Amino acid sequence: MSKLLEVNDLSVHFHTRNGVVRAVDGVSFSVEAGKTTAIIGESGSGKSVACYSLLGLIPKPPGKIESGSAQFEGQDLLQLSENELRKIRGKGISIIFQDPMTSLNPFLKVGTQLIEPLQLHFGMSKQEAWERATEVLEEVGIQDAAKRMHSWPFEFSGGMRQRVVIAMALITEPQIIIADEPTTALDVTVQAQILKLLKDLQEKRDIGVVFISHDLSVVADIADEIVVMQQGKFVEKGSRDDIFQNAQHPYTKKLLEAVPTSQKAEVDNSKAELVQVEGLTTQFSGNGEIVKAVNDVSFAIQRNEILGLVGESGSGKSTLGRSILRLLRPHAGSVKFDDTEMTQLEGKALKDMRRRMQMIFQDPYASLNPRMTVYDTLAEPLLLHSIVDRKNLDQEIFKLMDSVGLARESILRYPHEFSGGQRQRIAIGRAIATKPEFIVADEPVSALDVTIQSQILDLLLELVSEFDLTMLFISHDLGVVRYLADRILVMHQGELVESGTTNQVMNFPQQSYTQRLLQAIPGKSLAVNS
Amino acid sequence: MEMPKGVSLWEDASVRLRKNKLAMCGLVFLVVMVLLCLITPWIVPYGYEEQDLRLGASAPSAAHWLGTDIFGRDMLTRILYGGRVSLFVGFIATFVALIIGVTYGAIAGYAGGKVDSIMMRLVDIMYALPFMIFIVLLMVVFGRNLVLLFMAIGAVEWLTMARIVRGQVQNLKQQEFVEAAVSIGQSPFAIIWKHLIPNALGPVIVYTTLTIPNVMLLEAFLSFLGLGIQPPSSSWGLLISYGVESMEEYPWLLIFPGVALALTLFALNFLGDGLRDALDPKASRD
Repeated sequence: MSKLLEVNDLSVHFHTRNGVVRAVDGVSFSVEAGKTTAIIGESGSGKSVACYSLLGLIPKPPGKIESGSAQFEGQDLLQLSENELRKIRGKGISIIFQDPMTSLNPFLKVGTQLIEPLQLHFGMSKQEAWERATEVLEEVGIQDAAKRMHSWPFEFSGGMRQRVVIAMALITEPQIIIADEPTTALDVTVQAQILKLLKDLQEKRDIGVVFISHDLSVVADIADEIVVMQQGKFVEKGSRDDIFQNAQHPYTKKLLEAVPTSQKAEVDNSKAELVQVEGLTTQFSGNGEIVKAVNDVSFAIQRNEILGLVGESGSGKSTLGRSILRLLRPHAGSVKFDDTEMTQLEGKALKDMRRRMQMIFQDPYASLNPRMTVYDTLAEPLLLHSIVDRKNLDQEIFKLMDSVGLARESILRYPHEFSGGQRQRIAIGRAIATKPEFIVADEPVSALDVTIQSQILDLLLELVSEFDLTMLFISHDLGVVRYLADRILVMHQGELVESGTTNQVMNFPQQSYTQRLLQAIPGKSLAVNS
Repeated sequence: MEMPKGVSLWEDASVRLRKNKLAMCGLVFLVVMVLLCLITPWIVPYGYEEQDLRLGASAPSAAHWLGTDIFGRDMLTRILYGGRVSLFVGFIATFVALIIGVTYGAIAGYAGGKVDSIMMRLVDIMYALPFMIFIVLLMVVFGRNLVLLFMAIGAVEWLTMARIVRGQVQNLKQQEFVEAAVSIGQSPFAIIWKHLIPNALGPVIVYTTLTIPNVMLLEAFLSFLGLGIQPPSSSWGLLISYGVESMEEYPWLLIFPGVALALTLFALNFLGDGLRDALDPKASRD
């Protein structure tokens, strides 16, 4: 098979005030028609920069292509002028961006955005372009495409938007598609659909795909060739089977191990109940409509167990977690924490209960006050609940930092000076500062790279046993939940559809919805191989 | 390990502000200006109302460094005396606007819902009231009083500040760190004070540095209409507006008060920018 794109020894450096950053340092890869080349690496490994620089999409300066060549259709992309590149962008090579929420213009109808490249590259009339766009929209699995052409981006869900973005990338019939983490922002079930769609379209149209991802398990089912990058450097390259069965480089092995495939051992679960939820209903009203985000849910959490709560986005799992903690006020039902009714508590009584139950949030970039140092962030709960007096405050903060694995030197740093994983450690430190008995962890790892994910999951497991914590672990990813939960609840459209021990739910799911979730776990071939 | 010093945002900000040369120049200039204006009566040889009609409008000379106006009054003296009024108006009125606006906006934004609607409709009504009528009414009811005038100006300028802060707070309160503060049991007041206001300060500081010159010019306008201070007292705004009238014959009557105002505004802007950067931990620490 002929090579569509051949990149050789590509180096891209950024010349900043603080010195030269070697974002990409001597990386080579190639793409064949109808095949998928996956580029794998943690965030900051230069995988996106490598691809964007081919199309001149990196800011120059400070970015500069130092060396290398990229052969595409007999031309070296790196030597082309801006004008020549513009003809290739979209038409020869298109890009699917990571976040479908931001890669569509919110103020233009979907149809208007779709026909733009057609008018630009093929000089089609509006009428022709509109018809063509409708066909493509149908092809990517949008139902009622003719009508949906007139919809606004906000009227689509995340998965549907990503389909629109894919349609936009496909519409000019490019030979190569660069997909930059196209499913990272999506639920597992939606991710599975999008991956299948990409694979189907690729086979049908014989397109070469460059698939950028931090997660080996995602590309396990679709990649033909895998290139591993670390800190801008080429680490290892090989066919999919080579990499998964016979990885040479220690870094690749680390990436492979980071995928949580094991299942927590079962323990005796006849302990006292800490949290009892009865008939809990939380609803939101907007535009005169009442949406029951959580609808008549009842369950109990036993002391010292980790209860996994699984569901797609919009299933009401976060609302349920927040209702238990009284961050939201439930509409009906009861929540008993250690036999105290939570739903009616006010003032001092509520504040005292808050000390005993804490939350870890999904996005460590949003859950820390950007103007508070680690010291301030950790001191706040300690002082508020008089856990320690001023005299012992510094020592207690150092102890907390040790517990969550933060270097003591970083005590005066601000959140933006930390990586995502470290930030999540700060947030976890804040949650355990008040010595709570119960923690709700709302997708605490879904915003993190896989290698970091496994570190944070292990930290949580450690803390649970060290401090005798009880945890409600919310996630859309059964693979992650399986790794640390004792029991699992499955939620769908505000209702509990299934519950059982991890073993029961994972191996003998009763409901078709649970089976669908299980099907969607990426990297099944990987789990079989290991 | 010992605890390093300088932990809070404010301590940290003051360290960073001190490293910013431009901002420090601005600060020093403002301090000198304020001091000069304060001690004016003891350092200038003329009174601000002292006329020397024989001189008329004379160009700068050894006796009158910045010249004299058409009544032969020393310009340097008048500019320094005018500065007392202008700086006083600028700082007091802006301070009033800042306090009311930030508090009001933060409460409205954090409370949300009906409270927010009612509070912001009140702001809309205040906006709709013709400013002049408001001031004139105040003057009629309370009599002409300089401090009252400053308060009145501040009471009008806070409206925009409240809107800015409310918008910022509305955005910020949806972030998870606010929810995190609720979940550790923090009170609404502490959340507003510790978590919301510090994060809304950037636009507030910028708007504040824009408000000060606004207020100074407003004072000139009111004085011109006979509602503010009266001759022979003066302010920079008034001096400038008189200067404009005789710009062609006696340019120094316009240039010198203009320069005084412009330099002050420059200094304010540099200081404001410096403060904004200093309070933002993301601004580089080099």
